Order: sequence, then structure tokens, then C-alpha cells
Amino acid sequence: MSLTQLPVLQQFVLLLAALALFLSFVLLAQARLVAAIHAFAWQGVLVSAVTLVVALAGTAHHLYFSAALTLALKGLLIPWMLHRLVRRLSLSRHTETLRWPALVIMAAVLLVIFSYWLVEPMVAQDLAFTRNIVAVSLAVVLIGLLMMVFRQQAVAQVLGFMSMENGLFLAAVSATAGMPLVVELGVAFDVLVAMVLFGVFFFQIRESIDSLDVDRLNRLTEAVEITGERPG
Amino acid sequence: MIYSWLIALFQALLYVALAPLLIGWVRKVRARLQNRRGAPLLQPYADLRKLLIKEIRVPHTASPLFRLAPYIVFVATWLAAATVPLVALDLPIAQIADIIVLVGLLGLARFFLALAGMDVGTAFGGMGASREMLISALAEPAMLMAVFTLAMTAHSTSLVSVMSHHLADGFLLRPSYLFAFGALVLVALAECSRIPVDNPTTHLELTMVHEAMLLEYSGRHLALMEWASQIKLLLYGVLIANVFFPWGIGQDFGLLALGIGLVVVLLKLAVLGLALATAETTLAKMRLFRVPAFLNLALLLALLGLLSHVILEVGA
Amino acid sequence: MTALLLTLLAPLLGGLTLALLRPLALAGWFNLAVSLITLGGAAWLAWLVAVSGMIAGMGFRVDAFNVYLVVLTAFVGVTTSIFSRPYMRHVCSTGKISAGSLRVYHSMYQAFMLTMLVALTTDNLGVLWVAIEGATLATVLLVSLYRTPEAVEAAWKYFILCGVGIALALFGTVLTYFAAQHVIADPAAGLTWSALYERAHELNPTVMRIAFVFLLVGYGTKVGLVPMHQWLPDAHSEGPTPMSAVLSGLLLNVALYAVVRLKMLVDGSLAETATPHLAGSLLMGFGLVSFTVAGLFLHRQRDIKRMFSYSSIEHMGLMTFAFGLGGSLATFGALLHMLVHSLTKSAIFVTVGHATHLAGTQAIERIRGLIRTQPAIGWSLLFGVVAIAGFPPFGVFTSEFLLLTATMQSQPWFTVALVSGLAVAFAGLFRHLHPMVYGAAPEGQQPVQANMLPVLLHLGLVLWLGLSIPDFLATWLDRATGLITGTRLL
Repeated sequence: MSLTQLPVLQQFVLLLAALALFLSFVLLAQARLVAAIHAFAWQGVLVSAVTLVVALAGTAHHLYFSAALTLALKGLLIPWMLHRLVRRLSLSRHTETLRWPALVIMAAVLLVIFSYWLVEPMVAQDLAFTRNIVAVSLAVVLIGLLMMVFRQQAVAQVLGFMSMENGLFLAAVSATAGMPLVVELGVAFDVLVAMVLFGVFFFQIRESIDSLDVDRLNRLTEAVEITGERPG
Repeated sequence: MIYSWLIALFQALLYVALAPLLIGWVRKVRARLQNRRGAPLLQPYADLRKLLIKEIRVPHTASPLFRLAPYIVFVATWLAAATVPLVALDLPIAQIADIIVLVGLLGLARFFLALAGMDVGTAFGGMGASREMLISALAEPAMLMAVFTLAMTAHSTSLVSVMSHHLADGFLLRPSYLFAFGALVLVALAECSRIPVDNPTTHLELTMVHEAMLLEYSGRHLALMEWASQIKLLLYGVLIANVFFPWGIGQDFGLLALGIGLVVVLLKLAVLGLALATAETTLAKMRLFRVPAFLNLALLLALLGLLSHVILEVGA
Repeated sequence: MTALLLTLLAPLLGGLTLALLRPLALAGWFNLAVSLITLGGAAWLAWLVAVSGMIAGMGFRVDAFNVYLVVLTAFVGVTTSIFSRPYMRHVCSTGKISAGSLRVYHSMYQAFMLTMLVALTTDNLGVLWVAIEGATLATVLLVSLYRTPEAVEAAWKYFILCGVGIALALFGTVLTYFAAQHVIADPAAGLTWSALYERAHELNPTVMRIAFVFLLVGYGTKVGLVPMHQWLPDAHSEGPTPMSAVLSGLLLNVALYAVVRLKMLVDGSLAETATPHLAGSLLMGFGLVSFTVAGLFLHRQRDIKRMFSYSSIEHMGLMTFAFGLGGSLATFGALLHMLVHSLTKSAIFVTVGHATHLAGTQAIERIRGLIRTQPAIGWSLLFGVVAIAGFPPFGVFTSEFLLLTATMQSQPWFTVALVSGLAVAFAGLFRHLHPMVYGAAPEGQQPVQANMLPVLLHLGLVLWLGLSIPDFLATWLDRATGLITGTRLL
């Protein structure tokens, strides 16, 4: 089924998904924390919009709820929490020095190709129109992972984690027209709790190393001699 | 047959004739946005005329290449423009020149421009040439990649096929076109020496790129060089307007179709010029060291366009 | 059903109450009481399953396979809370944690038990995921409980790595659901394990193959399979010791349980294809690598809790290998090994907790002469390690012997790797153990107040299982084997 045979609404879904993927790249390359949070919020909005349009274009009506949930959680609540945390940690003007920016972007492009290669045999079967997005959602997940690996700033790592979750939401919508309600609520709950805990950890990390540069959390390695007194 | 070639010739001449008008329009809008009255719309024509009748001064260190370059640059740019359908689609020129020839001709023009910049041996000329080459080395892959995205959709590298394929498909929300559009706009800004890559209104500033190469030119030579760069801007404008929004272009050679085509393309260019002027008023020129990042973004967009075409649009 | 509700509601309500309960002296006892109620519920549940074969409904499903893990989880929960009550009060009295942290500890302890029990009893793959992710969330604050830079680092690593792993598992779950949608008409039932299992042969093999890779990497991170094991030694060594005991004894088991359940689906789906044993081969590969690498890493450890966490990775690797090998003998052995490993390892961690209090450090080279200062701890540690290293007459020997026999039957060459791996691990454990137990005690080392009841209970059970497996347990494990492999052993 190629694009030309799809109704405009379904083409719109593909367009939104492609933009969500683009925002993953923006997130990956964005050194300014606040701008990265905004990019993440927009990605959340896009994922929610994809869900909404899938619901409009198809018959899966429970997706309206899921779209609202995604918008509230990913588009508004979590970015707002991150914003507040960044302000309270006085990181509003923080700019990270990115390591090998061009290489990381190229790696991300390779990840997109890899995702396509991986799901290609699966997609080859005649399924719903959203099947094309499965590769995109996997790419969003993997780019989030890449971001967690290459960023040394704790908030940026959390953004990577959350954008992975965005990719998973997108996957759930695109591959299966939404998970059962109980699962969706459970996942949303977990994500929310995780966000609260991340907030707690930002303060704990800053208390212990006086920075949020996670690269400096390097006391625990196999080679180091453990002499510190620990309570056990 | 002869008739269609005549149309092609007419169109090529139209490029030469319209190019100063576009630049005049952009300058006028820009002036208005900055609360100035600005020069008249037709001022660029007057400027060209003035330069054409002035005496030519050539530096004594210049080689024959210096005199030859303006003609080569002008003709190459003009030929490149002639391959891009302006008012009518089904041009015979499409059979001998596709997108790759277009990119190649532009490359040729740029090569001689840079050579001419270095020829005299002044510091400014050499600096401008090296900067121009840096920018083009980064912009060209992005341009090619974006163009390939379009070519893959149409299964042909001919611009005419790309446009007619797009017309035949009707209105489609293609993610790949969106990305290719973004990439081409960025490339166009860089290639036509516009803000934020270069500032076309500066003269004798350390940050200039295009102007630095033309410093030693005067009279007819300068007129040709300026004209060529105006044609290049028009070319990119038409490329973007007609590839992504081909509706309205004349599909046969009837007078009515050609007339409609001309009016529509002028409207599209007016809108593009408006957007360009607005962008140039709101944006600031970026430092030269940021330019690679800017063009990497163009390359990334083009790559994403290519990928999203393969992933999202092809279908099993 | 009532039994199940009791088992699940006890930790839920208990955890909530503990979050609000002010008097700290009471909290420890209350924690123990809640655990006991949970164990009662679990025992009742086990009896019901023994009578009726299976309990299903309301999205839950308890059969022979998971009910024994439920009982094990509840049991280790009780014994660890016996140990943790005086232990945590000791920690609190030394000023290392505040009263608020202690409240967090108790409440999260029950929350963790709840997630474990939900993950075990649920019939829904999505809820399984939610519960296992919930377990990470419940324990991550406990790992950083001491707020030392090391503890915070360990917790962050744990959080990020498990978060990533579990995200991949969710992607696998989504793919599974995707495959299910073409087989099962009712979208709400698409993630129900029992419905999927019935029609596993119809699931699209291509999709399931990709899904399983994601699921294995995802849940495998939780199992601690190499190379996704990085979080495990850190989290075990930096968190409070009762946490290490339940992490090693329970969380790893539950994650492995999830992997095995999913392997059953994939095996059904791939049965007719060119690679029917893909899932098994993957498990064997990951298992063997984890087993070998962890055995080697045992040698260079300087921290006692890190050392035993590597031993956990080694044993999880062995079980993963055995489940991958398939066949009734190997599966029976793996199930038995799950049981005895949990019991032994949590007993060891309890002992280690006392030993570190005694020595005031976790550094192996400064823990000396345990048997002289406090014979109970010294002997417990010695017997615990003897048991975990697979010496007769302890139960670990029985299960490892079964596993080796099964390997010998189907894949004889792997026996060499297994035997040499066991020898390497044995050497690694004992070279550290000997001076800790028999070495000269440092000046002024004083005995500490220690409750050795949980250790005695666990090691006694392991010894019993080594000497003779009681009939009811054998039948039980046999029925679980039958569920997993389709053929019974006995």
C-alpha cells in the first residue's frame, strides 16, 4: 500500500510521525536544556496528535482517551515538571558541550536505517496503514537510547528516557491501535512515578557531586579499590 | 518541435528579464518591513544599465581568466536556469538536461567565480573564495540529497518528470517532500548568499563572502556577475516554488496556459520573496563557524527526507 | 480468588499504612506482620492450586509454575523482614539514615513485594511489564537510601539501565500484541498470556522472533544477564543488605519467570519454522556468557556484597542456560535451582549483613576472623558459601547435578564449559571466604546482636531439599515442568 492510495487523514498521520522523528534528532543535537525540554514537549504533542488522527481516521475509538492521556502527560505535565526542576536547580541557562555532535547524528541516521531493516519483514505483510510508522517509532526509541548514552547531563538523560517512552507510545498506536486500557494506564502511572523519582534523584546527585554531570559519577568501577567505610 | 524550442528560449530569456525584478521586490519588501520607503521596484534594472555602460577597469595583476570569468559565470548560471521549467512544463530541454546537470552547471559557475576571486591576489578575494568553497562543499551534498529524494519519488532525475509526477498525484502530504523542502530552503539561503549565511547588503566588511570575490570587478563585468547572482536567486525560487507547488504551471504551449503559468509563477515568487524578506529582517547573520552546523541541518533534513520516503511512502 | 486477593491486598494496604505510620519501633513489627499475612495468603493459594490445578479470573492466573514462586517470594519476604527489623534499627540508631528514610524503606519494601506478586500472578503481559517496572521504581529509592555518593551513583545507574532495558521490553510487548491482533479478535484479550498460549502456533513467527529479542534484552537486563548486568553489582553493594537479599532472591527470579513465560509463547509460534529453537538458543547463549563472565569476575572482587552479587549473576546465567536447553530434566533442575538459589542467596546476604556490621566495612580484606569473634556468623557464612558453591549435601548440588545430567544428555560439549565454570566460581568464592572466616580477627572486634533464625531456616530448608525432596514439592515442580515443556519428568 503506497502513500498515494491513502486518504489525506492517513497521510497526515505519516507526516506527524515523520515530524516526531525529526524532533528526536533535534533533541539529540540540542545543547540548551530549556530548548530541549520544549522540543520534547512538542514531540509529546505530536505523538498525541498521531493518536488523535489515527482515532479519527480509523475505528479505534478508545484512542481518543489515549490521545488525551498522552497530551496531558507527555505534552504538558512532564515538560512542566522538568521545567520547574531545571529552574529550581538553576540550570535554565545551562548549555552542554556535546561530544562529537556530527558523529552522533550520523549514528542516529544509521539507527533509523537499522530500525527499518529490522521491522521490514514484519511490515511486509499487509496490515493497517499505520504499519509504516513502526519503524519510525522504533527509531525514536533507539535515538532516545543513543541520547542516554551520549549525554552526560542528568536532565538530558532523562529527556532521552522520556523520548524513548514517546517512541513506545507511538509504537503502541501505530502497530496495534493502542494497548488495552489497563496497560496504558499502568504505563502512564509508571512513567509519572519515574518522573517524580528522577526529580528526587536530581537533587540527590547534585548533593553528592555538586553538579548534574553524570560522567562524574564514576566511583563504582571494577578496577577501583574499595576502601570507604560503608554501613553495609 | 521548433515551436517548443522557441518556448524554451523564451523562457530562458524570461529568467534573465525577471531576475532583477525579484531582487527589487525583496529589497522593497524588506525596506517596508524596516519602515523605510526603499528604492523603486525597478531599481536593479537601472543599476545594471548603469554598470553596463560604464568603463571596465581591470587590475594589472589580473590574468585573462579574470576577464573571461564573468561571461562563463553568467552563461553557466543562465543555462542552469534554462533547465528549470518556469511557465511551461513539457520543455524539450528536459531531454538533455536533468537535475544533475543543473547542479553541475551551478558548480561550474561557482568554480569560476571562486577562481576569479583568487585571480587578482588580494586578501579579500582569496578569503571570499575560500569561504565560498567551504559553504558550497557543505551545501552541495545536501542539495543533491534533497534532489534525490524528489527523484526517487518520480523515478526520474528529470525536473519535468518530477513536476508532472507531482501534478499527476494531486495533493499529497508527503513527509519526504516536507523534509526536502526544508533542506532546499536552507541550501538556497546558503547558495544565494542570503542571511543568515551571508549578508548581501554589506560591502567592505570582514564577514562578507560573495561580495569579497567581486571587489575588483567593475563595469560590464560586475554587471554580469551581479546579474548572474540574481538569476541564481530566481532559479532557486522557481525550483522551490514549482517543484513543491507545481499547480498552475502551463501543461501545454497554448497562449492561455502560458499566460496563466506566468501569472501563477509570479504570484508564487512574490510570496517567496515576501517570506525571504521577512526572514531576513528577523534573523541575524550567523558567525562563519556556525555555518557548518546550519548546512549539516540541511543535510540531515535531506537525509530524513530520503529515509522517510523509503520508510513511510513506498509501501510493500 | 479470596486467597489471591489476600496475598495481593496485604502488601498493598500494608505499604500504604507503613508510609503513614509514625512510631518507628512499631514499623518493623508491622512490616513482619504484613509479610506473615502475605505468606499465609500464599500458602492458602498454593493449597487451592494443589487441589484444583489452576486458579484464573479477573486477569490473574495462578498455576503450578507461578504458585511456587509466589510462595517462595512470600517466604523470603517474611524471613528478610525478620532480619531487617533489628538490622534497620541498628542502621537508624547509628545515624546513617533518618527516621523518614526508614519509613520510606518499610513502605517501599511492601510496595516491592506487591509488584513481585502482581508480576507473578498476572495473566496479562502488559500488567507484567508494569509490575516489573514498578519493582524498579520501588527499589531505586532504597538503593540510594544511605545517600553516599556511591549509593546515589549505584541508584542512578540502576534506574537508567533498568529503565532502558524495560523500555525495550515494552517494545517487545507491543510487538507481541501486534502479532496477537491477527489471531485473537477481542482486542482486550490480546495481551492475555493464557489466550495467547492456546493459539501460540498461529502467532506470526516473524513478528514473534523480533519481539522475543526485545523482550529478552529487556527482561534480561533485570535478570542480570551479561552484558546488561552492569547495574546489578552496584545496586547490591550500595543498597541496604535486606534489599540485596530480596533483589537477589526475588527480583531476578521474577524477571527470569517473565522470560520463561514469553519463551513458551515464542516456542509455540516458531515450532513450524526453520528455527524452532531460536528462543532456547538465545537463552543458552546469554546464560552461558553470563555464567562464565560472572565466574571470572568473582575473583577480582574486593567488596563482599559485590562478590555475592556476581555469584547471583552466575547462578541466573546457569538457570537461563537450563531453561534455554529445554527438556523436562533441565527445566525441572532449573526450577529447583531457582528455589534453592533464592533461599541460599538470601541467607548469605543476611549473614553478610551481620558480618559487615561486625567488621564495620564491606571491604573483603578487612573482614577477618569471623569464626573467632562470633562463631554463629562465621559458620553461617561458611555453610552458606559451601551450599551456594554446589557442595553436597545441600540442595544446590542436587539441582546443579540435574542440570549437568541434562546437559550431558542433549549437548554434551557444554558440560565441559559448565563444569569448568563451576570450578572457577568455586575457586573465586573460596579464596575470599577462607581468610574472612578463619583469618586472625582484628583487635577489638566485638560480637554484634544477630538474629540467625532466617539463616538457619533457609539453610535448613536447602539442606533438606538436598537430602530428600519432599513428595509434594516434587509433584509441584513436576507439574510446573509439565506446563513449561509439555512433558513431565516423573
